[in-house]
Amino acid sequence: MDVTAHAFKSNVKAALKDRQLQRALSGLPTGLVAQRTAARAKLPEFEALRDIGRDIKNHTLEHLDLYLEAWESKATAAGAKVHWAPTAADARDIILGICRDASARLVTKGKSMVSEEIGLNAHLETAGLEVVETDLGEYLVQIRKETPSHIIAPAIHLTEAQIEADFRRQHTHLPKDRPLDEPVKIVSEAREILREKFIKADVGITGANFLIAETGSSIIVTNEGNGDLTQSLARVHVVITSIDKVVPTLEDVSSLLRLLARSATGQEFSVYTTFSTGPRRPGDPDGPEQYHVVVLDNGRSALLGTPFQEVLRCIRCGACMNHCPVYGAVGGHAYGWVYPGPIGSVINPALIGLDEAAHLPNASTFCGKCESVCPMKIPLPALMREWRTRDHAAGGGTGAARRGLATWAWLARRPTAYHMATRFGAALLGALGRRRGAFRWLPLAGGWTRHRDMAAPEGRTFQQLWAEHQRGVPR
Amino acid sequence: MSDAGTGRRATVLNAIRGRLGRGAAMPGRMEAVAERLARQPPHLVPERARQDRVRLKALFADQLRAVSATVVEAAGPAEVPAAIAAYLRSANLPLTVRAGGDPWLEALDWRSEPALTLASGRAQPADEVGLTKAVAGVAETGTLVMASGTDNPVTVNFLPETSIIVLRESDLVGPYEQAFDKVRAKLGRGTMPRTLNLISGPSRTADVGGRLVTGAHGPRRLCVVVVGEPP
Repeated sequence: MDVTAHAFKSNVKAALKDRQLQRALSGLPTGLVAQRTAARAKLPEFEALRDIGRDIKNHTLEHLDLYLEAWESKATAAGAKVHWAPTAADARDIILGICRDASARLVTKGKSMVSEEIGLNAHLETAGLEVVETDLGEYLVQIRKETPSHIIAPAIHLTEAQIEADFRRQHTHLPKDRPLDEPVKIVSEAREILREKFIKADVGITGANFLIAETGSSIIVTNEGNGDLTQSLARVHVVITSIDKVVPTLEDVSSLLRLLARSATGQEFSVYTTFSTGPRRPGDPDGPEQYHVVVLDNGRSALLGTPFQEVLRCIRCGACMNHCPVYGAVGGHAYGWVYPGPIGSVINPALIGLDEAAHLPNASTFCGKCESVCPMKIPLPALMREWRTRDHAAGGGTGAARRGLATWAWLARRPTAYHMATRFGAALLGALGRRRGAFRWLPLAGGWTRHRDMAAPEGRTFQQLWAEHQRGVPR
Repeated sequence: MSDAGTGRRATVLNAIRGRLGRGAAMPGRMEAVAERLARQPPHLVPERARQDRVRLKALFADQLRAVSATVVEAAGPAEVPAAIAAYLRSANLPLTVRAGGDPWLEALDWRSEPALTLASGRAQPADEVGLTKAVAGVAETGTLVMASGTDNPVTVNFLPETSIIVLRESDLVGPYEQAFDKVRAKLGRGTMPRTLNLISGPSRTADVGGRLVTGAHGPRRLCVVVVGEPP
């Protein structure tokens, strides 16, 4: 997909002015956020499970090569065709090759962020294939020629009114005056239209939430059942996934599944969790004749042995973005590439380069909510800080920001000068701001005062007050 | 695998080994991985999944009802056809049912409900009601475990608008791990049915304005028949 992460700042300006988007995003706190809180409250073991989840993934990553080989050997024994893809281009070519070998014309797809990452739809369409997204949110995004704005709720940026208008524009074969004023009517219309595609499809492509080394299985987790129709009705099932999805055993995946749905949608469990192991077996009345798994690296292996190894624990629940004040204000498209929110701010620079994505790790207030809700306990703020450090070391940032940081660093290393400067600043601002108690405008602080007043300091620094407190001076 | 495929495989695995800074043959690694794959015990099993059978049964039904599934009970296998017919009549649904071909289901006394018509084989697009049998029920989240096979087409669980799943009470377990143990007991450790479906309610979506709608692509209705053991 096209990358616009470099244009993050202008993306944000547009997003803040987009009233439809703001309306759609306003549902997050009472929706996914409140639902997760309720689900967590119902499972007293939830916090203990987060530690277990982190440890399972850490162990797996330490032996990633061996677990992938173990999974491959089991999958192959069950009749799977395993394909390894070092790059996005490799993965696209492999999948197009599978479609061509199957003389495919129509491809249905379950939801897959890895397929977004490799730009799969465009590649298949250029080769003349019809590609139909079957997850309702993905379908909405596809008919609008957009990309998902959230990793589990792709159309979260759309209002009901927008969706109704899109359906009327897209489904012109249906009566113009049909009622579509309720979600249930929109869902029914999509059901009828996509049902036909499921039945006619030659190839069904899904992602995978997990691969299981013990059994050679791939797992998808959905609520709609679209992934299951995609993979059961087509002649060929292709799984596109990445190296970080493997876990050792069914016991390990049980613990991770207890965290996934609760963190994502606040459900106790998703409606459909499907384990697929090989193609249709002798005597089976249905199921795909071929089962392929394409395992993508695309820059992930390069994170092993670095501080960023921790992001490979991610199970793509979306909790970090649901709880992020920045995501909640600007939505997912502003981030300018596949993965939005805090996880995107850490992963995108690794996958598309810091040159392109340097704004993203700066798009954080460092409130720490993302880390506190992450089921895999990924230290997202610390990793964003690591990218900021690297960007600075590489000469990134504006001249003004770099000069400001240099001045600050000079002062911070010289306590006497620091105390003098802060005392002078606090006293000056305290005197100037005494009457109103706040400033409408301050030099060098326009980014703040354009949107809100800056409270005036009381006149003395914290250090001064602390020293007085220690001496027992009454305030 | 083609030559290109072999090359790509080596590229990925060597990149991982290079970054991890250790070869596959490093002492202890293979053993640690083999040990885990052969014998990982359950990690933390939630307390709610470790209750007595009466409580587990109640939890199972409560969890399913909370996601708008219907749960009915049959005192024993002989009562299953009547329970299914009663559900279909109460929901104003046709009495024609697609049942895959599960031998346990086929052995039931369907003549006791002559109005019910059963068709076997994989689901067809026009089928309105599907009937399948679970290999296990998981109480902790009201989850049904369905194994595909020659007599259990996977499509019956997904194509019809109404899905009826029969669970023998003796197949009800507390946590997921015990359900997986049941699968292992049948097929051996490390072997899975082609498709193992964990189903927890009727199909749903919240993709339109964040509002929950039941019946997205899979069944709009799920009815679970819990079958007791005759004394």
